[in-house]
Amino acid sequence: MTTTENFNADHASVPTVKATNVHKMFGDLHVLKGVDLIVEPGTVNVILGPSGSGKSTLLRLINQLETLTAGSIEVNGELMGYKHVKHNGEDMLQTLNEKEVAKQREHIGMVFQRFNLFPHKTAIENVMEAPVHVAKVPKSVAKEQAMAQLQRVGLADRADYYPMQLSGGQQQRVAIARALAMNPELMLFDEPTSALDPELVGEVLKVMRQLADDGMTMIVVTHEIGFAKEVADQVVFMDGGVVVEQGGPEIIDNPTSPRFSEFLSHVL
Amino acid sequence: MEGKHTTTEIPGKIKALPVKRPGSLIAGIVVALLAVWIARGLIGNDKLDWPTVWHYLFNENVLDGIFWTLILTVGSMVIAVILSVILAIMRKSVNPVLRGVSWFYIWFFRGTPVYTQLIFWGLFVVLVPKLSLGIPFTSLTFWSINTQDIYNFVESGFMAALLGLALNEAAYLAEIVRTGLDAVDSGQIEAAQALGMSRGQIMRRIILPQAMRIIIPPTGNETIGMLKTTSLVMAVPFTFELQWATTTIANRIYKPIPLLLVAGIWYLVITSFLMVIQAQLEKHFGKGFTKEAAKQNGSDVTMTDAKPNGASSGNDETDLKFMGLNA
Repeated sequence: MTTTENFNADHASVPTVKATNVHKMFGDLHVLKGVDLIVEPGTVNVILGPSGSGKSTLLRLINQLETLTAGSIEVNGELMGYKHVKHNGEDMLQTLNEKEVAKQREHIGMVFQRFNLFPHKTAIENVMEAPVHVAKVPKSVAKEQAMAQLQRVGLADRADYYPMQLSGGQQQRVAIARALAMNPELMLFDEPTSALDPELVGEVLKVMRQLADDGMTMIVVTHEIGFAKEVADQVVFMDGGVVVEQGGPEIIDNPTSPRFSEFLSHVL
Repeated sequence: MEGKHTTTEIPGKIKALPVKRPGSLIAGIVVALLAVWIARGLIGNDKLDWPTVWHYLFNENVLDGIFWTLILTVGSMVIAVILSVILAIMRKSVNPVLRGVSWFYIWFFRGTPVYTQLIFWGLFVVLVPKLSLGIPFTSLTFWSINTQDIYNFVESGFMAALLGLALNEAAYLAEIVRTGLDAVDSGQIEAAQALGMSRGQIMRRIILPQAMRIIIPPTGNETIGMLKTTSLVMAVPFTFELQWATTTIANRIYKPIPLLLVAGIWYLVITSFLMVIQAQLEKHFGKGFTKEAAKQNGSDVTMTDAKPNGASSGNDETDLKFMGLNA
């Protein structure tokens, strides 16, 4: 991004995600306690951490599946979930309505641990759903594009299968194709391989690697240390609702905090 | 993978006699004998007067009665289904007023007998002679209608009977629809939200189609129940449906039993017909929930535990919900 020869230097310096002092409470449970995160365009960002560390919550906050308790999240410079308004001469935040929230989500793709494919629709219908009904792309065009996305994840020959007829790895690849169909500027992966048999993990990671090579901006919550080491531009280690350590992939081999080295000794 | 079924010979394949079940054999014989005995007694009984049954089976008044029974059944179910989806969605609303009204409606219409309600709707004309649309507490009215005109729409008492049945049924169906909506995994909603779909789209395109699979079997049950509940509309009174038609004939010729048989036969025929429709609907909305192969090129999918329709092994939770509902 720093090498880009764009005269609009302002735009070039806007990070894809800028989370500032993010707090999240579920009732009395303080899950995130002031998290800052910068995600630069075109980078792969892996979030590591034990369960309960708040890493999935952070991901869900970016896509507004949860609402912030404090702090702010900007995607491509746009504040998520709220807008600034004048109320009685004071600067206030106005909560966005559903339509505005849906609009903000359109170009953020999300992949879930349990795939969440629509079981009553075939693979290609799953991929076509949002382009046809949200982006209002004509059906014939959407079908062609959906086919291309399935091709990209290596499942063109499974287009007419229902999710239940596919293996876990195949379902997750269809789910990735479904998210890609909306031409996202950012892809969020919430433990995409945790629900898979060990022998099926590889095929999903391969698709994700390929996406990274294509320059997709990605945030990946995972326990796959190998993937983090090879593919990540930034590694973030979270524990107890805060970022404990962050840096390039090299920090996995040379952790500075005792908590991160302890975590790695259990996972590796 | 045991995709292809066993045509291959496996050496040393076990050929054993099945488990001996003498108790089950004896029970089978006893029950079969009882059934034959009862059937013989019924068919052979002169008082049943089968010739009279045949004579009136296709009687014009009886056929008319079937027509009105079907109109009432289908009409009231259609209205009830629409109303019940609205009630169920209201019940899950974030707005406490909508939730409360829906709760009250269900409480009231389930809490009083349908027979009582039908008598009430029959008397509604006396209670409220005129319905008008205007500004409350002023004399301004834009539109008004005599309720007697509604009452007499199509046939005397028809609308009272139709709406009476529909309003009552909607309360029961609303609970069935709500169970169906609740049974859809919350991950489905999140996935749809993440794609930027609106709340209406998520309800129509993602939740309802999946809920239908849960909703249809008990709704089929309710439809069959409704077919027979229509015989209560004499409370309104509406006097054209099947039960009334056969009773009238029976009273005229002093032969109640054969005419009961006529009514019974027709109710059974229509119920069987409704069961076929239900099976078709279940198959349609079960799409994607069985391991049945896709229509095209699906032959190499493993189908070790394919089941023809409805429940497959992966859905134990929802199956249990069914049983709870029907019990």
